[in-house]
Amino acid sequence: MTHYRFHILCCGGTGCKASNSAGIVRKFEAVLKEKNINDVQVITTGCFGFCEKGPIVKILPDNTFYVQVKEEDVENIINEHIIKGRKVERLLYTDPKANAHISDSKHMGFYKKQMRVALRNCGFINPEDIREYIARDGYAALGKVLSEMTPEQAIEEMKKSGLRGRGGAGFPTGKKWELARTLVPNAEQKYVICNADEGDPGAFMDRSILEGDPHSIIEAMAICGYCIGATKGLVYIRAEYPLAIRRLQIAIDQAREYGLLGKDIMGTGFEFDIELRYGAGAFVCGEETALIHSMEGQRGEPTIKPPFPAVKGYNGMPSNVNNVETFANVPVIYLKGADWFSKIGTEKSKGTKVFALAGKINNVGLIEVPMGTTLREIIYEIGGGIKGGKKFKAVQTGGPSGGCLTEKHLDTPVDYESLAAAKSIMGSGGMIVMDEDNCMVSIAKFYLDFTVDESCGKCTPCRVGNKRMNEILDKIIKGNGTMEDLDTLKNLANVIKDTALCGLGQTAPNPVISTLDNFYDEYLAHVKDKKCPAGQCKDLLSYVINPEKCIGCTACARKCPVNAITGVVKQPQTIDQEKCIKCGTCIDTCKFGAISKQ
Amino acid sequence: MAVKSLADLKKMSSEFKNTVSLRENGDNVDSLIQIKVAMATCGIASGAKEVMDFYLEELDKQGIKAVVTQTGCMGYCYAEPTIEVKLPGKDPIVFGHVNVEKASEILEKYIKNGELVEGIIPVNYETVK
Amino acid sequence: MDMIKITIDGRVYEVENGITVLEAAKRNGIKIPTLCHMNLKPINFVNKPASCRVCVVEMEGGKGNLVPACATDVRDGMVIKTTSARVLNARKTIVELLLSDHPNDCLQCAKSGDCELQSLAATLGIREIPFKGIQSTYKKDSTLSVYRDVDKCIMCRRCESMCSNIQSVGALSAVHRGFPAVVAPAFEAALGESSCVNCGQCVQVCPVGALTLVDNIGDVVKALNDPTKTVVVQTAPAVRVALGEEFGMEPGTIVTGKMAAALRRLGFNYVFDTDWSADLTIMEEGTEFLGRVKKFLAGDKDVKLPLFTSCCPAWVTFYEKNFPDLLDYPSTAKSPQGMFGAVAKNYFANKIGVKREDMVVVSIMPCLAKKSEVARPELGNGKDQDVDFSLTTRELAHMIKQYNIDLKELPEEDFDSPLGQSTGAAVIFGATGGVMEAALRTAYEVHTGKTLPKVDFMEVRGLEGLKEAVIDVDGLPVKVAVCYGLGNARKLMEEVRAGNPNGYHFIEVMACTGGCIGGAGQPYHHGNGEIIAKRMEATYREDAGKPIRKSHENPDIIAIYKEYYGEPNSHLAHEQLHTHYIDKSVKIEEVK
Repeated sequence: MTHYRFHILCCGGTGCKASNSAGIVRKFEAVLKEKNINDVQVITTGCFGFCEKGPIVKILPDNTFYVQVKEEDVENIINEHIIKGRKVERLLYTDPKANAHISDSKHMGFYKKQMRVALRNCGFINPEDIREYIARDGYAALGKVLSEMTPEQAIEEMKKSGLRGRGGAGFPTGKKWELARTLVPNAEQKYVICNADEGDPGAFMDRSILEGDPHSIIEAMAICGYCIGATKGLVYIRAEYPLAIRRLQIAIDQAREYGLLGKDIMGTGFEFDIELRYGAGAFVCGEETALIHSMEGQRGEPTIKPPFPAVKGYNGMPSNVNNVETFANVPVIYLKGADWFSKIGTEKSKGTKVFALAGKINNVGLIEVPMGTTLREIIYEIGGGIKGGKKFKAVQTGGPSGGCLTEKHLDTPVDYESLAAAKSIMGSGGMIVMDEDNCMVSIAKFYLDFTVDESCGKCTPCRVGNKRMNEILDKIIKGNGTMEDLDTLKNLANVIKDTALCGLGQTAPNPVISTLDNFYDEYLAHVKDKKCPAGQCKDLLSYVINPEKCIGCTACARKCPVNAITGVVKQPQTIDQEKCIKCGTCIDTCKFGAISKQ
Repeated sequence: MAVKSLADLKKMSSEFKNTVSLRENGDNVDSLIQIKVAMATCGIASGAKEVMDFYLEELDKQGIKAVVTQTGCMGYCYAEPTIEVKLPGKDPIVFGHVNVEKASEILEKYIKNGELVEGIIPVNYETVK
Repeated sequence: MDMIKITIDGRVYEVENGITVLEAAKRNGIKIPTLCHMNLKPINFVNKPASCRVCVVEMEGGKGNLVPACATDVRDGMVIKTTSARVLNARKTIVELLLSDHPNDCLQCAKSGDCELQSLAATLGIREIPFKGIQSTYKKDSTLSVYRDVDKCIMCRRCESMCSNIQSVGALSAVHRGFPAVVAPAFEAALGESSCVNCGQCVQVCPVGALTLVDNIGDVVKALNDPTKTVVVQTAPAVRVALGEEFGMEPGTIVTGKMAAALRRLGFNYVFDTDWSADLTIMEEGTEFLGRVKKFLAGDKDVKLPLFTSCCPAWVTFYEKNFPDLLDYPSTAKSPQGMFGAVAKNYFANKIGVKREDMVVVSIMPCLAKKSEVARPELGNGKDQDVDFSLTTRELAHMIKQYNIDLKELPEEDFDSPLGQSTGAAVIFGATGGVMEAALRTAYEVHTGKTLPKVDFMEVRGLEGLKEAVIDVDGLPVKVAVCYGLGNARKLMEEVRAGNPNGYHFIEVMACTGGCIGGAGQPYHHGNGEIIAKRMEATYREDAGKPIRKSHENPDIIAIYKEYYGEPNSHLAHEQLHTHYIDKSVKIEEVK
């Protein structure tokens, strides 16, 4: 057997793949072959999370973390690092504060505060090789549950762990399994459904898990099947996730080959198998009843609960729906015990949570932190603070259904209760940071645009109400808003929240409600003064030339696409506000800082 | 290939361990024995490759959890091959003129039992990162 | 019965366990408004998407949101508020939202006065809509029966439930999502190109003016005002038990005589009765049935049994579109409307010396599909149609009102002769099971030559959607089935396709709720199934009061065979009173 001196891990997540990580892998293999080096193994892994700096290449055993690697760098890495044992400094991550290279990812701010439970295998194993998963104690939890526990005991253990649904609502997983097991005792068939219809804009934790550690989902679904008494599992996955689909399918095939799916698993007589169902990428199909209808071939729209899926789910049979991240936690809980898991996190929110960190932040990427980590720690320590030294303004948690939290909320620990108390939600883990240049009215509209688009159109408040809110926001952004509009907006937001049929509709007004609560002044500025304090709303600002600074070079006039700038050469120019389309070209062109937005 | 029982799975898991052990060890490097072999031109010319291979194989055979990495020239070209050994919680020690035989002695005496052996290069240096 | 206590608006009520808050409130005199909800009990039609959110109420405990009364079951100790400030504000806001995306044309709308949204807006006192935004607009669309103006659609989905769950036609379903979501045929094709069979049950349940009938009053008025035309009218059996409702009379009031009087005052030259041709239908269809049975008994393996009735044009279109392989099974007899037209324009026109082209035949039907049936090429001579215009019960009521006639005050008058006299067997054509019973009355006596011991066949009566019975025809067991709702019909057709394992001989199918009495052209029932039960009761009352109750004893029928057709199923009868069916299966590629 070959003793490898080095493992070269190349991120094969969608983000790094998009920046040619596959080409990098091929190049590594080619150069190694050419140089006749055969004790170095190149492995394509799942996502490392630090997508901002992708493509990422990690070299072990010396734990060297190379960022933004290009195909041209490969030869250099092999010559220096592999052959000569010298790290390639220019490819190491530079700590922005210390302005020094950091070679070991464990010492990077981005990773220091993280705790990877759900993502434990992502960026570590080759997701297309079941042996690596098994080597990491994969399927041992399933084996343990099947051979050593009754379904009731296994459910009890899950309840004890305190794991709650990571899809948004935070329903206790053990309780959900218990209901699916007990509510309909003599069902002819039950189903375990994995909700992989990740739809929050910017959130990609479920995709990363499926791409980086697909076996953990298969194992967890089988455990769940044993607990609730189901022999069939279905993964509802969006067709826009081709890589996740491919890796999951490979993993399912391998698990079948190893007898870890199918009949008589590990000689215990337990039978379980999994099929994939593709979704067309409707946000609302993340709602479990809509998801089930979509799988049945019906229109993907929610129906009222009760009946809950635990009673009447897929094809009318009792079904248990958990999302990908929830399932990813399951095997570890049985391996390390409920007690180990329940020590992580806060009193009511146990374990860790994965967030997709995005927006005006230095370290964009996928992070996993213990519940209870504060927003400040996430934004400033893991996220490395605000981009370009700008001022923090707000952080939006929970995707389009969440609220915008401000400076005063920064010490809020992230857990289900604290976020709800701050009038936002955990959601599926989107976290978008905004700085002083973001207009909060526009932000509210941005999110509402999304929910208006994604509403299924079934219930009145969501179908018409959100559209009307969106129109009012548009009016305000264009400078036509009135004080009455603000009252109407408030009332609409509350009524929609109060009356919509499903979670999508009920939470759609959240961005409006929280920006009205926290940034009412900004709304007033738009409505009363017809000004956008952040300078984002085009209709509310004008570009002006300061005659004292303008030297009349006419560079701006020549660049203006609508010929709105006129004047005599070597004399100060002027902008015709009627013609100006506020494209900003003149500001970029002026070398003398003579043009400003007002 | 089918897994017939939990015991079967456990056996399989230990068989596959070495596919990821290099990575797992690298992840927990501070709590493990670390051996750095100087593998610059001077080191390779005087037989460092064989020493490295020896350690990779022998440690695995004996089931000792250790991280063997290579490093650049440590500056003791006169004493090549040189290796640096760091036991958990202790300061690193550099040995010179390490051939396979010497490597075996270092393994048996120092690494396994903490006994010092001859050939230590007493210096105040910093390894190349 | 398991009773529990709940509090509604501060008062404690004892209610049956397992019902909804909406139902519990209703039984105690609290009418929580709804728009999407509809529960038409006799046919198990339940539309409960809980999507309009008009019925939201406050429930103590729970997640804190308002809950829909229509889809929330009562629990012991439950505390509900239906009129708190929060509920009233939410309800009003929701109706305002619906109105904000609804054409503001109540005055011209066909549904004005019958519109549930209009009446709710009035109840809530909505005077102004605080939000003005874009309104969704779609193509207007029409068949010969159904007019679609989906700009008015409020997405209650009643039509969709009816079309898919009850009728199994599946022509209408929600398309698009979000604000543009609306109910439409697949690929937003025209309804006429879809699987629609024009039964019009969608129109009957639509709360607003999104689905209405195609109005032919103008055509009829024009004919009545044309001095060169002789205008003949026929009225279907189910019209007389429902028309009164449009004039404020109790459901179940029989207005046969007043209706004849009204028609005469409208200016029709001859006021005849489709009941007369219903008797004729029994002669033709009954004879056809006996013929097939005789062949069957003689060992003919190719004879097509069961025989299906063919009076209902929606049903005819349904099997033409869905079972083109089984077109030999239904009776070839034209519907009573069709037979009447053929007799009027061939026999009667000749008899009174009017040229065919100078005669206009108008039918008054409880039905929307009849509007499409009159245009079938098989029911004409290639130049003009046997029946020119078909009006519904509702249109007749409008017309009577437009002509300043107060139906209530009219005297009772008789139909004209010779196409006006009918038997009790014809009257019951209006209710589910009626055609079967009428056919059995005649078939029994013609087949056995004996007098029926009992005229009433109770086993085929009632509002059950699918009934079957074995009738002892003097020692010959005849297995029959009676159904309404095309979903039930589909089940039977699929059985026949699979070889008729239940061994049916004769099957009656009607598309609409309870048969023609629940037709789409009848006064709106607004979800009240009691109304249909009362029309049914009136139908059998009218039958029981008739001096003659068997079609073959109708003297005018006997006379016309003697004078004109010879005998049932004669060559001339086949030429004028029978038809054929055409494969009309919908090809998806063509729709696209």
